[in-house]
Amino acid sequence: MKIKYDRSACQGHNRCYMLAPELFDTDDEGYALLLVEGDVPADLEEKARLAADNCPEFAIEIEE
Amino acid sequence: MTDFQSPDTDPGRHDPIHDAGKSSGRPPVTDWLTDFDHQHPDYAATAPAIWEQVRTSGCPIAYSKRYGGTWLPTRHDDIAAISKDFEHFSSQGVVVTEYRPDIPAPMGYAPPITSDPPFHQVARSILLKFFSPKAIEGWEPVARETCRRLIADIQQRITAGEAVIDCAQSYSQHVPVMIMADMLSLPREDGDIFRRFIHNVMEEGGGGEELPYEETIDFYLDSHVAARRNDLGDDLISYLCQADIEGMALLDEHVRGTIALLIIAGIDTTWSAIGASLWHMAQHPEHRSRWINEPSVQPFALEEFLRFYAPVTMARLLAKDIEFEQCPMKAGEWTLLPFPAANRDPAFFDQADEFIMDRARNRHSAFGLGIHRCIGSNLARMELRVAMEEWMRAFPDFELADPDTVAWSTGQVRGPRALPMRFPA
Repeated sequence: MKIKYDRSACQGHNRCYMLAPELFDTDDEGYALLLVEGDVPADLEEKARLAADNCPEFAIEIEE
Repeated sequence: MTDFQSPDTDPGRHDPIHDAGKSSGRPPVTDWLTDFDHQHPDYAATAPAIWEQVRTSGCPIAYSKRYGGTWLPTRHDDIAAISKDFEHFSSQGVVVTEYRPDIPAPMGYAPPITSDPPFHQVARSILLKFFSPKAIEGWEPVARETCRRLIADIQQRITAGEAVIDCAQSYSQHVPVMIMADMLSLPREDGDIFRRFIHNVMEEGGGGEELPYEETIDFYLDSHVAARRNDLGDDLISYLCQADIEGMALLDEHVRGTIALLIIAGIDTTWSAIGASLWHMAQHPEHRSRWINEPSVQPFALEEFLRFYAPVTMARLLAKDIEFEQCPMKAGEWTLLPFPAANRDPAFFDQADEFIMDRARNRHSAFGLGIHRCIGSNLARMELRVAMEEWMRAFPDFELADPDTVAWSTGQVRGPRALPMRFPA
């Protein structure tokens, strides 16, 4: 599983950071920063799906 | 899953068409599809049923001649599309009024909420770092202490024999006021003054009586900003006094407008969210016990409160004519952005009209969509979470004293303003 994060769609809702802090951080202005490169560790796949499914701006996509 | 049918979506309970105008000074509404009035008390009482009626009417965007022409989209996707089209839908007016705002372009009265691109991003960047999730974490102990003190007062009153306590007046309204006063380094005792400003702008739609300058929010803020310039600290007003745009200090109107925005938009919104969540819990003992016995459900429950009881409807002013989803929208007309209606759209949410406490997929838009996403969302969310955590810890059991005495605000911010509760001994 890979995460595709579109910074230009992100509006800083911070839902991903709250649901999956292992996968997303935020910058000084509150926009998301994707922390993983490449494959999502297996034990974090459910959190990755939650982050994607709760983004109001559809800025996160999961590629399986 | 613990679900329930919201009492305020039960069409048998209220008839928005025939009840219209019975209890207000506003002209009666003849038909919610063609003559709606979002400031009418029946809209406040039955909004979800009205959105449902519009959404299923064959024309999911209602139009009313009121306020010089106002559109009411009700589907999530239409509300999202309008939120993102700032070329046609300007933010220079965000509260629907009879008159059109006197626009000091490019910032509008209260930047950045009333600013359009490109100035919007400049004005927004100045504020963002104060409201990032990590900056807001620093305010959590203040919020917690505030809630505990308010709760201690309520417990004392209960011990002294008061049987019924209005939780909107004694709890939910104070939390955001006190935190915002601290962030701005303004006296907490001025909360009543803030609330009067908020009432004039949000609930009277700015169309109330003309006040002498000395009684306006402009005068209040001008006086405080002038004094602060000579006594700078580490608060948000001091920060704005020292901020610049490409080397130029912010205009006085910019500083004042931004503080006005934080007071007006940051207080009765969160007050509403906390109040609506308490109103819900008062009627759902099964959700109270689940909150207490299953803490891992709390993050999902908080987002479901925000979805189900989203307090804020924004507005846009049409900057140019556009044919939007077959609706001929004209420059100078309003469109409402009822995010709470987007949150109840069954095409976007499964079981949209049910409160599902552990809803895991919840792309709600309680804080708006697009470039104007509520800048205070992290603060509001923290206040709601702390207010609920502290309340539920202190009062695992409570109920509405009398459902008929609960009063909901009218206008673009919807939440309980009178919320009398009873506490079992």
